[in-house]
Amino acid sequence: MSLELKNVEKKIGLDTHIYPTNLKLEKNTINILLGSTLAGKTTLMQIMAGLDKPTSGEIWFNNENVTGMKVQKRNVSMVYQQFINYPNFTVYDNIASPLKITGVSSDETKQRVGKVAELLKLSGMLNKKPNELSGGQQQRTALARALVKDSDLILLDEPLANLDFKLREELREELPKLFENRDCIVVYATTEPSEALLLGGNTATLQEGKIIQYGKTLDTYNKPNSLVSAQVFSDPPMNIAKIKKSGDQCSFLQNDIQWKTKLNIKDGEYKVGIRPHNITTYKEGNNTLEIKGKVLISEISGSESLIHFTNGNLSWVSLSNGVFQKNVGDEMNLYMNTDEFVYFDQNERLVSNG
Amino acid sequence: MNKTVNQKAWFFVIPVFVLVAFNAIIPLMTVVNYAFQETFGNNVFMWEGTRWFKQIMLSERFHASLGRQFLFTFIILFIQIPLGIAIALTMPKEGIGVPVCLVLMSMPLLIPWNVVGAMWNIFALPDIGFLGHSLNALGFDYNFTQQIGDAWFTTILMDVWHWTSLVVLLSYAGLRSIQPAYYQAAEIDGASRWAIFTKIELPKMKKVLTIAILLRFMDSFMIYTEPFVLTGGGPGNATAFLSIDLVKMALGQFDLGPAAAMSLIYFFIVLLVCWVFYTLMMRNEEKS
Repeated sequence: MSLELKNVEKKIGLDTHIYPTNLKLEKNTINILLGSTLAGKTTLMQIMAGLDKPTSGEIWFNNENVTGMKVQKRNVSMVYQQFINYPNFTVYDNIASPLKITGVSSDETKQRVGKVAELLKLSGMLNKKPNELSGGQQQRTALARALVKDSDLILLDEPLANLDFKLREELREELPKLFENRDCIVVYATTEPSEALLLGGNTATLQEGKIIQYGKTLDTYNKPNSLVSAQVFSDPPMNIAKIKKSGDQCSFLQNDIQWKTKLNIKDGEYKVGIRPHNITTYKEGNNTLEIKGKVLISEISGSESLIHFTNGNLSWVSLSNGVFQKNVGDEMNLYMNTDEFVYFDQNERLVSNG
Repeated sequence: MNKTVNQKAWFFVIPVFVLVAFNAIIPLMTVVNYAFQETFGNNVFMWEGTRWFKQIMLSERFHASLGRQFLFTFIILFIQIPLGIAIALTMPKEGIGVPVCLVLMSMPLLIPWNVVGAMWNIFALPDIGFLGHSLNALGFDYNFTQQIGDAWFTTILMDVWHWTSLVVLLSYAGLRSIQPAYYQAAEIDGASRWAIFTKIELPKMKKVLTIAILLRFMDSFMIYTEPFVLTGGGPGNATAFLSIDLVKMALGQFDLGPAAAMSLIYFFIVLLVCWVFYTLMMRNEEKS
């Protein structure tokens, strides 16, 4: 089982929403489409499902050309950002609705709905209607409807985006388990890099209608093929600086901080990307290279502290574990881990990392 | 904490009291005053108790106009609500067609009521009116000033023309508020067009439809100007709906006491029907 996009392009009027895209998704995988709003995630999913036709290119499923085939004939299910359920059906009828239409016997329906409801912790509320449920339960119902069907392709379009923090965390942890041992391809769109890392599988980074990189999630994260891909897969945004390398000495162009590298690349100018968590307010492990900073903004997020600081022309973000209170304008030392620097050439392609 | 007493706030409230008193309470109390007394002019009043109420409740004339009123209201609701929903469903969802349709739909609503009556009167005249003349030319024996059926037909047609737009606009607003994802999800399920209508669109439109039905009920139940200009309540009393009959009684016959009693009964019927309808709808809302 595989889903393959061959040179798929989508234009609406003069706007290109999806540039020619090739992508092959394999059986039993979770594939994450990671990109900001308007990157083309939803459009791409709708093309995959058959809800929307590509302007050109083909979609192949199991070695069969399904381009233009109606969504009803494809065995697809989809979960949306909004909680989409039939408003005057009970939870049970909602979950059973895809089965009823395909004519599954009532005994089997009962059994399958019961199983899915248990998996999604909905067993106690099968007789309620969607507007009696919390947002999280409504989205669980929508997920159950998608799972009950044994689809070949399950599409999830930012399913957790409309949930509050706690419910999101809760459901996020359950999601990978839900897709285990299912004979299907899962496609999951999200704007959040942390969600991609949690779900594992494969990740495609998207920007402005182009797939920048596709591969195993950890590989995509650790070895971004370009600066754009690295930026899409970094939250808060990656810090970037121009550097100069000569011999084993590297230095920032904007200041005189130097470090040694074992990189085997030509001397010259490069760009370096530093993820916020590789700059910390304390010396720790390999975070040893010191940089002076003037605090611009200091914010606390959960048990982490985000400090936006400036150094000369550089305006960077650091992310440290623990809660620190810093005042705007404070001068402080921060520490960077040079092993985790990601090097890009002048064309912003990956040269090497570490 | 010490509370300071400052009565100046009353100055903000008094204008509202005065205004409401003048435009609602005083006129209503005048009617109540008339309803329990007999007057021969010159501000001479005699107490009559509930006599007028008994008289109206037992009057065949009142029963007849109330019956006509309910029949008319049910017919126009029965036509306008489904027709309005049907038109709203066929209206374009994007592009230049949207403003064009909305403006065209709003046109009848913007025309003053007596003008609507006058327009339809001329339009339906059997000798020179376009509608009346055409119908007669096609072989129908059509004359709304003389035949009861034709008078009803014309009045209903006029009301449908005038007010269906309101239902259309409300339904359209309700339909537009349904997120596209609902339609996609139904498409993925393989739901039929009919299933989409009954399982998604109707439930999602329920609230605006409740308002549409309430508004159309109240307006049509109190209809006066249009049939007054079109048929004058005729032929005979065939289209004398409650308000037309009421005005005849109050201003034509100068039976102020019975007319006042009738208008109070009329008022309570409207109030009662709206209350029953609203509570029923809201009870369903709580259940679901």
